[in-house]
Parts: sequence; C-alpha cells; structure tokens
Amino acid sequence: MAVRVQSDPFDAGAELNSFAQDRTDVGAVASFTGVVRDTKGDLQEMLIEHYPGMTESAIAKIADEAVQRWALADVLVIHRYGPLKPGEPIMMVATASAHRAAAFEAADFLMDYLKSRAPFWKKEVTAEGAAWVAAKDADEDALKRW
Amino acid sequence: MNVVYFAWVRERIGLPQETVDTDAATVKDLIAELSAREDRYAAAFADTTALRVALDQELSDFDAPLDGVREVAFFPPMTGG
Repeated sequence: MAVRVQSDPFDAGAELNSFAQDRTDVGAVASFTGVVRDTKGDLQEMLIEHYPGMTESAIAKIADEAVQRWALADVLVIHRYGPLKPGEPIMMVATASAHRAAAFEAADFLMDYLKSRAPFWKKEVTAEGAAWVAAKDADEDALKRW
Repeated sequence: MNVVYFAWVRERIGLPQETVDTDAATVKDLIAELSAREDRYAAAFADTTALRVALDQELSDFDAPLDGVREVAFFPPMTGG
C-alpha cells in the first residue's frame, strides 16, 4: 500500500505500469485519474489546500479499509496540493486484486471517501477572482452506498 | 491548545493557526468563546452546519469534549478527489 501527498506532478501511466508489478496473484488492476477541469473555459488555476499530517493519516485509514474489505493485493493513492493548471492530473488511485469486481468497487469506494473524508479544499482562480469549490450533497450521499 | 483553520475559515479569521488558552469543555464551548472575541470569528462560526471539526487530526463533532486535546481544526466540508 502506498499513499503519496505531493505538490509535484506525477506520471499516471508510469505509476500504473509499476503498480503491483511483482504480484503474480493479481488478475485485475483498476485505476482512476482525476484531472483539473475547466468547466466554463475561464479557469486560470486550481489551488488545492490540505491539512498536512491529517491528510496522510486520513487517506491511509481509507486505503486500509479498502484493503480489508475487498482483500486487495495492493492499493496506491497519489493526491497533489498547491497550484494546478487545467488539464493537469490532481490525483490517482489504483487497486489490484484477484478479480475485477473487487478492483473496480474498491477504486470507486476510495474515490467516494477521498472526495469527502480526506482534508483537501479546492479553490478556483479565474479572471473574475478566486472562489472555494463547495462540497456537493451528492458527494456526502455517495458515502451511504458503502 | 493549538487551533488551526483551513480554506475560507482561515481566510475569514485571517490566520492559519493560533495558540488558544481556554477552559472550554467542548468544541461548542470553544466556538462560543472564539465568536465572542471578535466579529471575524463570529462570522466564520455563524453557521456550524457549513463547518467540520477535527480533534488531533481525527474528524469529530461539535459536542465532543476537549479534555486532553492538543489540536483543534476548523474547516469547510472537504472537496478532495
């Protein structure tokens, strides 16, 4: 299990290629990459603030739960902070398991929990100014699925 | 105890963290104490449904006791992922 919280960009393809590479009991690898989206065509940058210390422990707790629940062979979570440009990767998760259902489900679970339980806050900067992204009720409701 | 603020809570209060000398028994009591200090605190804590709290870096709630707690963090609902 690896959890990385960093400001530097990462290469999602390279990360995925080396993920769970030495495990011959793995039959399925699923991954998700979150990218900075410019919804209205005016986004200059996205600033991501986080709570150093709690961020790492909160993600580790969520990843641990996924490993237990889906008997994952491995899990990787990378999440960036700081100023990001549209199109840049924000974060990725990868899950490895014997069969695909567990890998898909665990990745979905990780994303739902990372959205609402990992201490990150997004701020969008446009020519008009900067505004914090509000959490959606749907994101909180999504946790009830699990 | 160390009190830390994030995102718009940090901006509204105007600082990222401070040391608070308090006898507040619960998070709610601490909020009342801070809100009574200055308008910027009252503004930040006006609607606690828009806030989350962590005690020693674990999510908690506003009725939680502060006994033995070293760090309290206030922030809006998280928007990771």
